[in-house]
Amino acid sequence: MKKINTLDDLKKAGDKGLKSLFPGGVKITVGMATSGIASGAGEVYEALSAEIKKRKLPYILAKTGSMGMDCIEPLVDIIEKDKPRLAYGKMTAAKVPQLIDQIIKGDIDAIKPVYRVDEEDVIAKREKKHYTKGMVPEYLKGIPTFNEVPFYKKQIKIATRNCGIIDPENIEEYIARGGYLALQKALTSLSPEAVIEEVIKSGLRGRGGGGFPAGIKWQSCRSAHGDIKYVICNGDEGDPGAYMDRSVMEGDPHTVIEGMIIGAYAIGAQEGFIYVRNEYPLAVANLTKAIEEARSRGLLGKNIFGTNFSFDIKISKGAGAFVCGESTALMASLEGKAGEPRAKYIHTVEHGLWDRPSNLNNVETWANVPVIIARSGKWFSEIGAPHSTGTKVFSLVGKINNIGLVEVPMGIPLKDIIFDVGGGIPGGRKFKAVQTGGPSGGCIPASMMDLSVDFDALWEAGSMMGSGGMIVMDEKTCMVDLARYFIEFLVSESCGKCTPCREGIRRMNDMLHDICAGKGREGDVELLESMAKGIVDGSLCALGGSAPNPVLSTIKYFRDEYDAHIKQKKCPAGVCRALIRYEIDAKKCTGCGVCAKKCPSACITGEKKKAHKINQKKCIKCGICMESCKFDAITVA
Amino acid sequence: MKKATKVDVKTKEIIKKHGREKSALIAILQDIQEEYNYLPKEALNAVSIQLDVPASRIYEVATFYNTFSLNPRGQYLVEVCAGTACHVQGAFNLMDRLQRDLGIKCGETTKDNLFTLEEVRCLGCCSLAPVVRIGGNIHPYLTQDEIPRILRNYRKQG
Repeated sequence: MKKINTLDDLKKAGDKGLKSLFPGGVKITVGMATSGIASGAGEVYEALSAEIKKRKLPYILAKTGSMGMDCIEPLVDIIEKDKPRLAYGKMTAAKVPQLIDQIIKGDIDAIKPVYRVDEEDVIAKREKKHYTKGMVPEYLKGIPTFNEVPFYKKQIKIATRNCGIIDPENIEEYIARGGYLALQKALTSLSPEAVIEEVIKSGLRGRGGGGFPAGIKWQSCRSAHGDIKYVICNGDEGDPGAYMDRSVMEGDPHTVIEGMIIGAYAIGAQEGFIYVRNEYPLAVANLTKAIEEARSRGLLGKNIFGTNFSFDIKISKGAGAFVCGESTALMASLEGKAGEPRAKYIHTVEHGLWDRPSNLNNVETWANVPVIIARSGKWFSEIGAPHSTGTKVFSLVGKINNIGLVEVPMGIPLKDIIFDVGGGIPGGRKFKAVQTGGPSGGCIPASMMDLSVDFDALWEAGSMMGSGGMIVMDEKTCMVDLARYFIEFLVSESCGKCTPCREGIRRMNDMLHDICAGKGREGDVELLESMAKGIVDGSLCALGGSAPNPVLSTIKYFRDEYDAHIKQKKCPAGVCRALIRYEIDAKKCTGCGVCAKKCPSACITGEKKKAHKINQKKCIKCGICMESCKFDAITVA
Repeated sequence: MKKATKVDVKTKEIIKKHGREKSALIAILQDIQEEYNYLPKEALNAVSIQLDVPASRIYEVATFYNTFSLNPRGQYLVEVCAGTACHVQGAFNLMDRLQRDLGIKCGETTKDNLFTLEEVRCLGCCSLAPVVRIGGNIHPYLTQDEIPRILRNYRKQG
């Protein structure tokens, strides 16, 4: 592979990348991130490959990451010269021959695209890619453009700018979209101090949850004493319900690498580590390939861009410990030890990995860096809210119509995310709350829908930004059960070092289990609150310090549900098994017998075509009867 | 001197790949687990000697992280995702159903050594909730109803 040493080399590589992105003839891409593959993208890809071969077509088939709209995967894009890019959702192997017919004929009669792309931003290059020469064929005019799709309309893609567009295994495609330009600029025309200055100006705050200003952290690490320094990328995305970092590592690994090289240059580090969750095999594979490719092109290793700056990156796989998302625990894990946090009065920027100055940022933070350097800190600071600049990627999941990854400007009202981007709640149910910040965060009730989504407003509301999980809940979600769920999670993830965290969370868990089992006592809520205070005050790291948040925020906004569980022994959402019973509405039941057949404990009986009955003594409350009833005849209360 | 066993030889190979640095311990254990599906005692003893790390330290690491298992696992690891999105979509019902259908509790292995049932902390497939990963394959939007058929398919493959 030819080394990239100069701006000219970079441009040549970029030109090659452009040819591979837009080869001129017909190009078909399949979104092959983990979510795509799990939805069947692998079969679709195989079918396309076989069909193209069978018909001896000169089509080019390629893989990309995820565009974010997971609810329409597998997603297949068709790129043809001078035509809008067309995106086909929910593709199946069976539909492939029809799709190919359609491309040949040049119509969209059999399968309708979800949207078309006439032009798209190439944000790192301050350009637009125009697919059409201003002429959209008549037969495509009825198809909404990318920017008209509600899911994408309010999004601004910076960290996820390349996901779903480029082949993550092709460095040239990354370069074609402005990749490594920022690195070239930083290394050849900016001093390390100037790079830090730019990051400070951008206002970029840590996207992993802490929200600490990245530039300030870099500056502290740069001024720390020591010849050997490290930069670390935290890809141990442990928050359940969050997968932004997975998507970036899978779909655009080079942006993380470029961000880290720029950071290393600014700080004065020679070595970098990416700590990735073991649960993300595709992310590990794509990052590994990307690092190898960057190395073979001379973008990692000695004398990058012909300067005297040398830097390399190693990947370290996590082994499944939530607490390793905490920086000191992560560093302990990198050293091959159990991931126990330590007190942070000694900062990791001074004494981190192997006691040396170490700068740790999360995947999304690093992914923003190349664009900030390419476009300027000022440009970035003008996006978003005053003290929370830029965008934030959220995984919008749970009881919401448009499930997927969204990147929105900070400061956007919560209701815009839920109802515009997310398309509201399925099944006509009522929006109840949204959980942000994972086990360290809290719930924001529907009454606070106008809340601005930024670091400070979320904190004031009793939750936090966290890494970006946004789990939407409707009236069928029990808030007490949810608090119990998070606390149970933390019981097994507390490293056990501090007694208030180890034992305190366990006791809270026991109490919440009792409440959900109908054994709650008056005064339990007050006791939970007082224990929460003890745990927060007595814990060393953020895991313990924020562990009671899910309980406190649900008590704050949903006290009535706690009271219903404790006093009336009822679960209003119909979730807590000890407090609910399934019943058959005799008026609605047609006696079809489907539920009786599916019931694993054979507790539903009745004559054919007559209303059935549930034997409450035998019922195990698995809910399968309710799931399988087509006549809404089964109720839970 | 006792003769080197197959496990000793394999462990030595793995250590050679990663180097004898103490920081390589986790990566070494991961490779051993990939080879045997769990961490055999014999291998851990070999690591202890080769890396010059006390066995207690190795067990500390092996028991701290969720990935590692000190007990043999079945051919297919059945991992029920316990992430938040999966939880609110009723993943606990899937766990119950799997426990009933496999006749084992979470953390156990079936007598025919085919399945080991475990809970996993979020697979990052929140948009496909609830999900269960079996032998590395993700089964999206899973319902209790589909479980018998899926298990049958894996049994058929043997």
